[in-house]
Amino acid sequence: MLKMGNDTLDKSKKGISLKIVKLPDGTYKSQLIRLGISEGDTLQCLQRLPGGTVVVQKHRQEIAVGFDLAKKIKVLFLTNEK
Amino acid sequence: MKNNALNYKENKSEVKIDKQKVALVGNPNVGKSCFFNYFSGVYVDVSNFPGTTVSISNCSYKGFEIYDTPGIYGVSSFNEEERVAREIILESDVVLNVVNSLHLERDLFLTLQLIEMGKKVSVVLNFCDELKKRKIKIDTKKLSELLGVEVYETTAINKAGFENMDDALRQARIGKQSSEISELLKTVKTKSGSISDTLLFLEGEIPANDNFETIHNVTDSREKIYLSRRARVNEIVDQIEWEDSKKGEFFNFIGRLVLNPWTAFPIMIIVLSLMYFLIGDLVSQRFVAFTEKQIGKKIFEYNVKSFIAKSTGSEINITFKDDSGKIIDTKTFLFPDGFNANNALVNEFRSYALRPDAEVNFIFTNPILKLFFGEFGVITMTITYLLFLLFPLVIAFYFAMALLEDSGYLPRLAAMLDRTFNKLGLNGKAVIPIILGFGCITMANITTRLLGTEKEKTIVTAILQFVIPCSAQLAVVTVLLTSAGLVPMLIYVSVIGTILILLSTILSKFLPGESSPLLLDLPAMRLPRISNVLKKTFYRSIGFMKEAGFWFFVGALGIGIMQITGLLKIWTIILEPLTTVWLKLPKEAATAFVMGMVRRDFGAAGLFDLHLTRMQITVAIITITLFVPCIASFVVMLKERGWKEGMSIWFGTWITAFLVGGIVAQIII
Repeated sequence: MLKMGNDTLDKSKKGISLKIVKLPDGTYKSQLIRLGISEGDTLQCLQRLPGGTVVVQKHRQEIAVGFDLAKKIKVLFLTNEK
Repeated sequence: MKNNALNYKENKSEVKIDKQKVALVGNPNVGKSCFFNYFSGVYVDVSNFPGTTVSISNCSYKGFEIYDTPGIYGVSSFNEEERVAREIILESDVVLNVVNSLHLERDLFLTLQLIEMGKKVSVVLNFCDELKKRKIKIDTKKLSELLGVEVYETTAINKAGFENMDDALRQARIGKQSSEISELLKTVKTKSGSISDTLLFLEGEIPANDNFETIHNVTDSREKIYLSRRARVNEIVDQIEWEDSKKGEFFNFIGRLVLNPWTAFPIMIIVLSLMYFLIGDLVSQRFVAFTEKQIGKKIFEYNVKSFIAKSTGSEINITFKDDSGKIIDTKTFLFPDGFNANNALVNEFRSYALRPDAEVNFIFTNPILKLFFGEFGVITMTITYLLFLLFPLVIAFYFAMALLEDSGYLPRLAAMLDRTFNKLGLNGKAVIPIILGFGCITMANITTRLLGTEKEKTIVTAILQFVIPCSAQLAVVTVLLTSAGLVPMLIYVSVIGTILILLSTILSKFLPGESSPLLLDLPAMRLPRISNVLKKTFYRSIGFMKEAGFWFFVGALGIGIMQITGLLKIWTIILEPLTTVWLKLPKEAATAFVMGMVRRDFGAAGLFDLHLTRMQITVAIITITLFVPCIASFVVMLKERGWKEGMSIWFGTWITAFLVGGIVAQIII
């Protein structure tokens, strides 16, 4: 099921599990870590909104990530939960 | 520590020194306000934090001085709220940290940071009733052990556990430092000896100064600390929390629907239509028509002006209008020496003036009285406008926003619209000032503060002044457009839409700086607590009136002076040729444009009596929509965005309005 490659968060689809590989450096990294998203974490993609804003979920926490930021977050797609 | 001394207390000499300062700290949406309300009872002191626009409440409680802080995710300075919260935390003796027990992973990050800062902390777990509902178990004792501070369970909405709050304040203590952070703290020596200073220095929050002496350099210390803290949070949560059931909750389901592209759009239409009917129709039309005309004009202004007219000369015009607004009769009364000199005439005047269809206009001979009590009187017009028109409207808007916010819908709406706003060089958060703009541009101008960067603030401010019609104007525009028919409506919408896109594209392309991408925590959808919504509405409305009220008086004074000195007339004369030749409108329309500078709806309303053709109506309302904002939003915009930017936007609206209006006129008339 493992799909390798240089995937980024903006390419994820609804319902997919993904692992955070690399966060962009800078203040956004700190903010993501604070909200509970750090490198190595596994998240669910709850929704990919029209245009590419992504809503991810980690436990009960839901976070909307804008397209421009999502593009800079490297991920690994794990499964396609259906 | 002392170099961070807060100056916001300097003017409050009555504050006793021996009182312990308590900072009430927590993430957004943790129910912090319920705790503050509990401590404060009724006496709350709301003040602006010096140099910022964030308002801070404080109150006394049993020997403690309690400060509410804005909701934050961590002690840092990513935005103005965080900077303010950080200052208050640094100054406090005790920190009462409110935690949402459903979001421990998120909230404990702040908790650990507070503990690592060496602060005396007590932790309050809120929403404990929700834990039971969702069959989640938290081992509070173990959590307390791991953190090294007391942990209290509460449910703020029914005040369960509040009896322990006195304990929580008294038992606050310094918690356990993680070994990794302790090691890092040893790399720097501080003169002040404050752990908070050292930690924030390592996190890059406090710039290097002679307080700090680095013993050995650590690169990326902020990231190291954040990652270590995150790891410790995750470790703690793993040890103390169990989830027995993963049953889908009803509100979770709603949360999904709101974000699902198939259902989100219809939901958005329904929510916005409901908002429109509540605010746009019920409040801004029916209710305000009553408060402004009946209470403001007929009772308040009439009595004030009658009082002034007692002993000073005036000319009074009474106009009688039928239901459709047509003038059916007029009467003029002259009191060269005031009411007191001619009692018989006063009685006759009153019998006419008190008729329900009468509109009374006092013209005072004394220019100073004219300035303060005349048609645009600084006192009469401004008070009517502020109290009887704007205040109900602002309350309605803040009420609707608080409902949307507390239900969790607003952040989801921002996420939904994020990509659309990206095209305008903004992110989804911009939806908030733009929605408010349809109520009152002045209110929206202040709200641009919540945007991430200066560039975004400029773009939104420009959009608000150029293309967004405020509720007062929207009402008149709607009436005129419905009378003109479908084609003018289509022309209007497409022209305004094109300008919106052109304006934001040009600005986002040529303005220096960056726009920030969206990163938004979506709180769980829930039924808003009405008491909380009302409280928010109250504080925000009062806050707005306090902040903007004064500028409405300044604006009115400016316009009043222009009227008395004849500048307003001159302006009208200058605009006349432009109006007749270029815009192809009757010359009286120029007066409407000049009036539009005072209040946007005055401008649009002036077009009613001109008997325009359908296409002339189209040109007129396009021009008036694009034309300058009202005098109050102009002044507030200058204050928010500075002279240079404010004036550029203001003159920009002049040019755009006449340029675009004229081009449309040349094509369609």
